[in-house]
Amino acid sequence: MRVASKGLIDRSKPVHFSFDGRTYRGFAGDTVASALLANGVTLMGRSFKYHRPRGVMTAGSEEPNALITTGTGARREPNVRATVQEIYDGLVTRSQNAWPSLDVDVMAVNDLAAPFLGAGFYYKTFMWPKRFWEAIYEPVIRKTAGLGALSGESNPDTYERAYAFCDLLVIGAGPTGLMAALTAARAGADVILVDEDSVMGGRLNAESEAVGHQSGALWAAGIVAELAAMDNVRLMPRTTVTGAYDGGMFGALERVNQHTSKRGGGAPLEAFWRISAKHSILAAGALERPVAFQNNDRPGIMTAGAVRAYLNRWGVAPGRRVAVFGNNDDAHRTARDLMAAGVHVVALIDSRAEAEIEGFDGQVITGAVVCNTGGRKALESITVRSEAGEEALQVDCLAVSGGWNPTVHLTCYMNGRPTWREDIQSFVPPPGAIPNMTVAGACNGVFSTHGCLSDGVDAGTAALKALGKKAVAVEVPVAEDADYALVPLWAVAGKGRAWLDFQNDVSVKDIKQAAVENFRSVEHMKRYTTQGMATDQGKNSNVAALAILADATGRGMPETGTTTFRPPYSPVAIAAMGAGAQGHGFAPERHTTSHKRTVERGAPMIEAGLWYRPSYFPKAGETTWRQSCDREVGYVRKAVGVCDVSTLGKIDIQGPDAGKLLDFVYTNMFSTLKVGRVRYGLMLREDGMVMDDGTTARLGEHHFVMTTTTAAAGNVMRHLEFVTQCLHPEWAVSFTSVTEQWAQFAVAGPKARELLNGLLDKEIDNDNWPFMACGDVSIGGVAGRLFRISFSGEHAYEVAVPSRFGAALFDELVKRAEALGGGPYGMEALNVLRIEKGFITHAEIEGRATASDVGMGRMISVKKDCIGKAMAARPGLVDAERPQLIGLKPVSAEGEMTAGAHLFEREAEAVRVNAKGHVSSVGYSPELGRMIGLGFFAAGPTRMGEVVRLVDHLRGVETEVEICHPVFVDPEGERARG
Amino acid sequence: MLARPGPDAGEVAWDNYLHLRDNPAGVTEELWQHDGGCGSWLVVTRDTVSHVISKVEMAADVKRAMQAAS
Repeated sequence: MRVASKGLIDRSKPVHFSFDGRTYRGFAGDTVASALLANGVTLMGRSFKYHRPRGVMTAGSEEPNALITTGTGARREPNVRATVQEIYDGLVTRSQNAWPSLDVDVMAVNDLAAPFLGAGFYYKTFMWPKRFWEAIYEPVIRKTAGLGALSGESNPDTYERAYAFCDLLVIGAGPTGLMAALTAARAGADVILVDEDSVMGGRLNAESEAVGHQSGALWAAGIVAELAAMDNVRLMPRTTVTGAYDGGMFGALERVNQHTSKRGGGAPLEAFWRISAKHSILAAGALERPVAFQNNDRPGIMTAGAVRAYLNRWGVAPGRRVAVFGNNDDAHRTARDLMAAGVHVVALIDSRAEAEIEGFDGQVITGAVVCNTGGRKALESITVRSEAGEEALQVDCLAVSGGWNPTVHLTCYMNGRPTWREDIQSFVPPPGAIPNMTVAGACNGVFSTHGCLSDGVDAGTAALKALGKKAVAVEVPVAEDADYALVPLWAVAGKGRAWLDFQNDVSVKDIKQAAVENFRSVEHMKRYTTQGMATDQGKNSNVAALAILADATGRGMPETGTTTFRPPYSPVAIAAMGAGAQGHGFAPERHTTSHKRTVERGAPMIEAGLWYRPSYFPKAGETTWRQSCDREVGYVRKAVGVCDVSTLGKIDIQGPDAGKLLDFVYTNMFSTLKVGRVRYGLMLREDGMVMDDGTTARLGEHHFVMTTTTAAAGNVMRHLEFVTQCLHPEWAVSFTSVTEQWAQFAVAGPKARELLNGLLDKEIDNDNWPFMACGDVSIGGVAGRLFRISFSGEHAYEVAVPSRFGAALFDELVKRAEALGGGPYGMEALNVLRIEKGFITHAEIEGRATASDVGMGRMISVKKDCIGKAMAARPGLVDAERPQLIGLKPVSAEGEMTAGAHLFEREAEAVRVNAKGHVSSVGYSPELGRMIGLGFFAAGPTRMGEVVRLVDHLRGVETEVEICHPVFVDPEGERARG
Repeated sequence: MLARPGPDAGEVAWDNYLHLRDNPAGVTEELWQHDGGCGSWLVVTRDTVSHVISKVEMAADVKRAMQAAS
């Protein structure tokens, strides 16, 4: 319920939102959690494993219990912390992990079965039978234990990636961060101040103590206003720094519009920032830890600091009859604040017998602990145990404090290991954990307000010094400077389950069980019990769990150590990190000049690297791709076909030493190639395996054009750069990729020359343009190039023009081809044509094949050194029993073959150890009237004519096939020369 | 990587050049390439523990100096 005259909410602006179908009223400035508490709603979720009723425990992003789903339809967002989500008019929220409803959750029977579901139960119970895991156990566990679910629909919201640079990044805008930012900003540094909250000020907004002569919240607002007015300061509220990385780089998530109903219209829902900072100050504060005792998880039990935050920041009393329980002086503030606000404080219970309590005149019970609680869906009573015995108190809210843990997370992201400090019973960051980062304030173990303010000034001054800037004096205002005194209390002895990790339902017993079963290392305990493995990453439970493990194993905290924190600090939607990478944004798309016309002809496109190429060009009446493919193969074999081959890599190489470079990277000789001629070349990696193949044309004495396969163009370019920079920088040779500068088309088939002669400004014949000739041509006045090369075995050319003429030339070529009884062909036909000729692609040279494996061993010139030559001679690579390239055809004309199938001797059992080879490419050859294929078989070339067995276990294919020469059509190569 | 053995250097030299790499916890030299930009290969001196890069040189310059020294 609301408390009059308290809080930073705007009571003149009511806001309506819904939770589980009911509409509630809150005010501008409320979170879902504060507004629900104000409406008397304390039950906000069901626990992960046992479906126990849970309420809100904290007032920040560390919240383990109050996880809700916001939005509807495709905009549904699961696992949102009710303590972080601000309310706006029309906000729809729902509870999670309960069926049929939060109030009546039948899965709560898990809680009764708890004795069987303790730590490690997954590992012990669901082991046998093995196949039950996938079929039964996992789906059932997933359904009953869980968090919220995604909508399953495509995400309609926009996200953004953003970049920022600064001298100083200040993480956290509490008293420390504000003073640090102010100190640096006044001295002229470029400052970015980031805070995950909507209002800057940190704990100052949640406490009643004054800073200077005003309330802490007002003082903070004044500093924020001063910073906001400075040009050298950027304030980023609602932004969480999620990670720290090399070179002063930080990741940060800004919730740009999560607090409004605004969607679309240019502004993103969230933005993921990369912030590059010369120096950084971590002022992330500290998180309060609860104490474990029996049934310490009932709705209404929360941290003492959270109770103060709801009271002072949101004007909400989380209960009518409140008890406070702690082991430190800080908890006393909660009792004082509640009493001052007129809330009935039933008792202040301090575990320390000698505790001195000031400024609170209600019932005080020292040397006592809370050992159990009563109630079901809400807290009704607590049991207090002292020397005098046990006593029950009727309360509906219990504020608990076990002390504070510095928020060290960010300092662990680069291998930093926090160190234990006995005086505050907590871990602090080791110095220098993140280069150029100063850790200050509560996250460095400074817990008084005044200490934080002056530590902030010191940190800002240190940052200025590191940045080489002169500091100006900043006055530290007067503020509370009380000592932080506590006596450790992790768990209250007793029966029953005392909860540690609320989000994963891990109790004190589970930790002890892990120790008993010898999972004594923190990392083992963590995985065995799942403590700290929920989405809050154990923010509320880690230190207590470690203390209990240390106790159970008889070690101290420093020897026990900690588990490793990893980014992100709090969950980040993949959509935010991958902003812009949906749909067409996923990867760049490379289109050829004929792309538009090809798509207009209805050709299905396939991806080749980043390129898009036509699969085939369907015609009316054709019902399968095979019909189209067979027809297109026929164009090339019988008339003339046209194919865009611009996607092949083209590298222009010039200079006096160009021949030397080619001789070095190709196995065969290029320096002897005549000007005006083209040669096929094979390129090896230095380890002797084939890297790529292609043709290279000599256009001038010092001028070559190399072509690579589409897929390997980038690799070959890198390879040439490596050779010319790292191995032979003395060579006078330059090269550049011209793939996109030239549009190139294959014109293939017996009528290819006839087609070209109607188009070229000067006619060609077999004498002036023989097989493997190349040179400049003029096409309608456009300067182009003509190469007489063939990837189909037919009389064929490739004609190239500058890209701006590509689309026009494609149209012209297709028109003329169609007039001659041919037309365009796609990748399917191209593949069949090359298999019929035994030409290899990366299906054959897939990184494990040597030159001799693909029948080109003799292409490694004995007259010169080349990349890969030495290693290609290794005994293992010249073994005659290696699988080598062969042709394959089914014994029966109807026999089916599949690429990827394995080859076995006829009588051998079809198991892995017996495999003698595999099939790399298959296609249907209209010319042979059956399927044909290329593959590899042990000592294959010595097995010509023998029948072996093809088995594809995956697709259930088994066929008798004959090993044959890999060239199926025109083995003498007459057609290409004609 | 910059000192490529001759064709007759023998198995040990080639094995060493191609396959054997030190993996120190500390300062090491690596070859990087400015792949998305100018294509330059670089010799980068990096501490594998702290990720601090202490030196960057053009590989071509390093190789030329090696050639001049031999």
